[in-house]
Parts: sequence; C-alpha cells; structure tokens
Amino acid sequence: MNRLIILYFVLAITIPAQAFAKIIKVGKGQTIAVIQQGIDMAVTGDTILVSEGIYRQGNIVINKSIVLKGVNHPVLDGEKNYELLSVKSPNVTVDGFLIRNSGHSSMTDIAGIKIYNTHHVTVINNILEDNFFGIYAQQGTHCVIQNNQVTAYAKATQLSGNGIHCWKSDSMHISGNSITGHRDGIYLEFATHSLIEKNTVQKNNRYGLHFMFSHNNTYTNNVFRNNGAGVAVMYTRNVTMKNNRFEDNWGDAAYGLLLKEISDSDIEGNYFEKNTSGIYMDGSSRIEMRKNVFKDNGWAIKMQASCMDIKLEKNNFINNTFDMGTNGSLVLNTFKNNYWDKYEGYDLNKDKIGDIPYRPVSMYSMIIEQMPPAMMLFRSFITTLLDKTEKLLPSLTPENLKDDYPLMKPLAL
Amino acid sequence: MIKIIKYVIADILRNKIVIAYTAFLLLMSLSVFNLEDNSSKGLLSLLNIILLIVPLVSIVFSTIYIYNSSEFIELLVSQPLKRKTIWLSLFSGLAASLSLSFFIGAGIPILLYQASPTGIMMLITGLFLSVIFVSIAILASVTTRDKAKGIGKVILLWLYFSILFDGLVLFLLFQFADYPLEKAMVAVSAFNPIDLSRILILLQMDVSALMGYTGAIFRNFFGTQAGVILAICVLLLWMIAPLWLSLRRFTTKDL
Repeated sequence: MNRLIILYFVLAITIPAQAFAKIIKVGKGQTIAVIQQGIDMAVTGDTILVSEGIYRQGNIVINKSIVLKGVNHPVLDGEKNYELLSVKSPNVTVDGFLIRNSGHSSMTDIAGIKIYNTHHVTVINNILEDNFFGIYAQQGTHCVIQNNQVTAYAKATQLSGNGIHCWKSDSMHISGNSITGHRDGIYLEFATHSLIEKNTVQKNNRYGLHFMFSHNNTYTNNVFRNNGAGVAVMYTRNVTMKNNRFEDNWGDAAYGLLLKEISDSDIEGNYFEKNTSGIYMDGSSRIEMRKNVFKDNGWAIKMQASCMDIKLEKNNFINNTFDMGTNGSLVLNTFKNNYWDKYEGYDLNKDKIGDIPYRPVSMYSMIIEQMPPAMMLFRSFITTLLDKTEKLLPSLTPENLKDDYPLMKPLAL
Repeated sequence: MIKIIKYVIADILRNKIVIAYTAFLLLMSLSVFNLEDNSSKGLLSLLNIILLIVPLVSIVFSTIYIYNSSEFIELLVSQPLKRKTIWLSLFSGLAASLSLSFFIGAGIPILLYQASPTGIMMLITGLFLSVIFVSIAILASVTTRDKAKGIGKVILLWLYFSILFDGLVLFLLFQFADYPLEKAMVAVSAFNPIDLSRILILLQMDVSALMGYTGAIFRNFFGTQAGVILAICVLLLWMIAPLWLSLRRFTTKDL
C-alpha cells in the first residue's frame, strides 16, 4: 500500500514536467539556425537538440534550466575570441559538444564552458579542445562534470588556463574526465565537499591536480601521470586520497604528490611509481598513510622536519633509490609495519616482523640533501661503507626516524 | 702478431687464476641473481663486484703476468720482430682473455637475467674496465723493474682509483661546499674510469633520483647521445693513453 502511495506521488511530480517539456531542434538544416535563439525560445525543462555541424556563433548564454544536447558532437568554435558556453541558471545540462578555440585573456578567465554562481549543472560527454580554461565553475554547487575530454596545446604556463577549474564551489562531482596539455589539470580553490574520481590527468604544463583551501574533498581512482610538476596540494584539511596513481613526474621540483600544510587527512592505497620524489611533505600534520606502494622513485618520501603526527603504516617500499629524505633531526611521526626492500634485519621468532628497527633515512641521502653534487659518488664503495657505519652508529641521520616493526615480506597491494 | 696473441691467450686461458676468476664471477653473478627477490636488486649487488673486483683482478693479474713472462719477452725480442708488435700482442692477449673471462663470468648471467639497458651498460663498462686496467698494469710494470715494487704499485693504484679518489672527492666537496661544484664534478669524474663507469650505470639505474637538481646536470651531460659518446671516448682514452705511454717506454727500454 505504502509503495503505491509513493509511486503515485512520484508519478504526480514527474509526469507533468515530462509532459510539458518540449524538444527544440536547432542548428544546420533546422528552422532555427542560431543556438542562442533556440535557448531564448525555450522555457524551463525544455531540451534543445543541436544538430551536427560547425557553429561559429560566439558566446552562448544559458539562462534557463534546460538541457542543451549535441547530436554527434556538433562543433562550437570560439574563433580564439569568445567564451563559448556561459551557464547562468541552475539545473542545466550540457551534453555532447565539441568545444574549441575559446578566447585567451590575461584579464578575465575565459573558458570553454563556464558556470556562473549557480547549482546542479551537469556537464557531460563533451570534448574540449584548445580552450584557455576548459570547464570553469565559479561559485557552483552540486555540479557534475563527467566524462569530458579536455585538451590544450599551449607551450607555456602563462598562455594556458586550467583544464577543470573550480573556485568557491561546493559539492562538486568531477569524474571520468581526461585532461591533457593545460596549465593545471584540475584546479580547486575554496572548493569543498567534492568528489573527484576516475579522472586521467596527464602531460599538463604545471600540476596534474592543484588545490588550496579545499576542505573535505575525496579523490579516488584518479591517474596523475607525467605532469610538469606532478601534483601539489596546499593549505587544506580533511583530504581523502584513495587508490590514485601518481606516475612519471620527473624533475627537481616535480613531485608525485606535494603536501604543503595539509592536515587531518587519509592517504590510502595509492601507487607512486617513477617519480623524482614520491611524496614531499612540508608542514603537514595528522596524516595517515596506509597501504600505499612506492616503487622505482628517486625518493619515496621526503618528509621535512616541520611535519608532525604523520602515521606511516603498512606501505610497500620497493626499488626506490632512497626510501626517505629529511632535513632535520626532529621526528614527531610514527612508522610501523611497513615493508622496506632495503631492510637487512632478521626475524628470529618468525612472526614476520623484523627484530631490529629499520632506518629509512640513509646517511647519503642526508649528505645529498645538503650537498647535491655529492650525487656523483652515489653507490661508490666509500659511500656504501659510510652508510653501513652510519647504520651501526647513527650520527648524522635522525635517530628516532625508524620503523620498529618492519615487515619481512611485502604486503599484497 | 696474431701468432703471439694466440699464444698469449692460450697461455692465459689455461692459467688457474683466470679460470678461478671466471668461475668466481659466474658463481657470484648467478647467486646474486638467484638469491635476490628482484633482479634489479641483484644488479645493484653486481655493481660493486664489477667496480671493485674486475679492476683489481685485471690490474694485479696483468702485472704479474708481464713480470713472469719477462724471459719470454726477452726471447721474442731476440727474434726478428718489432718491439711494438711484441708489446701490442701482449696487451691484446691480456685484454682479450680477461674480457673473455668477464664476459663469460658476468656478461652471460647479466644477459640471461637482466638484459635491460642497465644490464647492457654494466656489461659494456665491465669490459671497458677490464681493458683499461690491463693497460694501466702494463704501464706500471714497464716503468718498474722490480717485481715486488711493481705489484705494490698497482695495488696502490687500484686502491686509489676505487676508494681513495672518491674519498678525496668527498673531502673536496665538503671543503668547497659553498661553491657551485656541479659542473666541476662532471669534469672530475673523467679523471677516474671507475667513477665514470659508475655514473654511466647510475644513469640507467637510478634514473628517477638523478632527475633531481644535480642529477639533471649529469643527465643533461651524460644522458644525451653526445654525452654517452663523450664518456665512452674518455674511457677509450683511458685505455689508449697508458698503452701508448708504455709502448714508448718499452720500445726504448734496456731490457
């Protein structure tokens, strides 16, 4: 009985809206050729179908709650002059366009698709090519940005904007996008309570992911690969990062993941491979890192002495040149139950936990930190000798930076 | 000339020490690859063997061999042969046989277990080091008449190239820490074939760490095609220069 009542109400609410919403066809071969005219004619709830073709119609403003849908990816071309779609109403859907050649400006942030101070906007299945900013949300809430391909070709950072840019936004859902060639792949500033998942961000000029003051966000299953300086996140609390991959970020100032002033966060199940520094931590606190894999990095983790209450548990460290680097002797962090492939201890009681602690900071990584040219002597006999003596009698390396319960076998991650 | 080279090679390959050296290398590299859980770690253990053992054996064995065959050399000199031919044949014989034992001992396991760029680079530098230290050995032995003194000299030379030089560089680095030494380090590395070989291997092995600041200078220099060619030219120079000096000395030497 209850179900019937619910069904009745659901039908009562949805059917009239469906019944009155009409479909307006615009574009090449239709009676209305200009997309903006179609939008002006539409009322709330209507769907505008744009036929295939190339449209050079300047800026299109969506100021009604409508669905703007492209058939076979019609091309909206900004002729390097205009912002293409400006969404200024709630409950708008933009689906299936190829949006290219937006204007460039150093005064205003011109984007392929820009969302202005509104909510519940959905941007899906679009292809954005060679725009200044790709998709830009300014004070947007509950917006969905999904399955878009965002590509730009700018050579210099100052000449390109960000792929997906959210400013002062809340409850955004950014998923399944692929972003290439922009300044920052995904940029969030004051964007909160958002979910960023399953995006592939690669070969951007600066950072793959860059956020500041963006609290309570979750990042899962993203891939950040080969970006100019990796991923940099700053001044944020309650960040959850799970099952992401950080790969091939090479360069002196490139990091798999740079954590600057991040606190109360979880970093779990991520995979760091072939980065100059897997994670670089500065001024961060209360972060739990579990079940991550660090493989083939120059430095798996560089943890500055300004970090505190970092918990590093059950991670795998495999084939990194240096497992850890630091710049001071103060250690306020805990390391437990990690697998370090450089561990040379023994396990007499067979509980699979090494009986002597492992010190992940080698003396030579301290020397290199102070004196980079010493890299020349790395892996020479004399430095190996120095490292071994240091392991027996720590003098340069911080004495408390150690894993008291290192695992003998790698974790299955 | 070929006859003498053949004779020298046959003589050396029958030598127990060379057989033991080959067997030792083979045993070491096989066990290193089989015991370590990943073969790139095995390669790392092999690195130290190559950079320490190969120069040591090459230099000491060649020196002793030259001293022991002094009567054979005198015999050859009495024949209608050019001194240059005799000396070059001796060198080629030594270099060929020691390279061969390195190739059998370490090269084949590397090719079997880790035929990656790192492995190949290790193989190439190992061969280079074998020949370079033969060349240094014959220079040392031709300039010293006394056998004990000569052997002492080459052991010191080995100690210098494999340990003291690096200590010295480290000391200088600390002393001149305030100066930009990155480019100087590239030049300094050319003064030691072992260091140069190690850097060439590191560029393949620790590529991520070398992407860092100083690493970048090494990589920009040695990592490019031109840099590798230059490094190999320097290694060739290390091979040829002592040989040429020893040849000059030998042709005018009063035996």
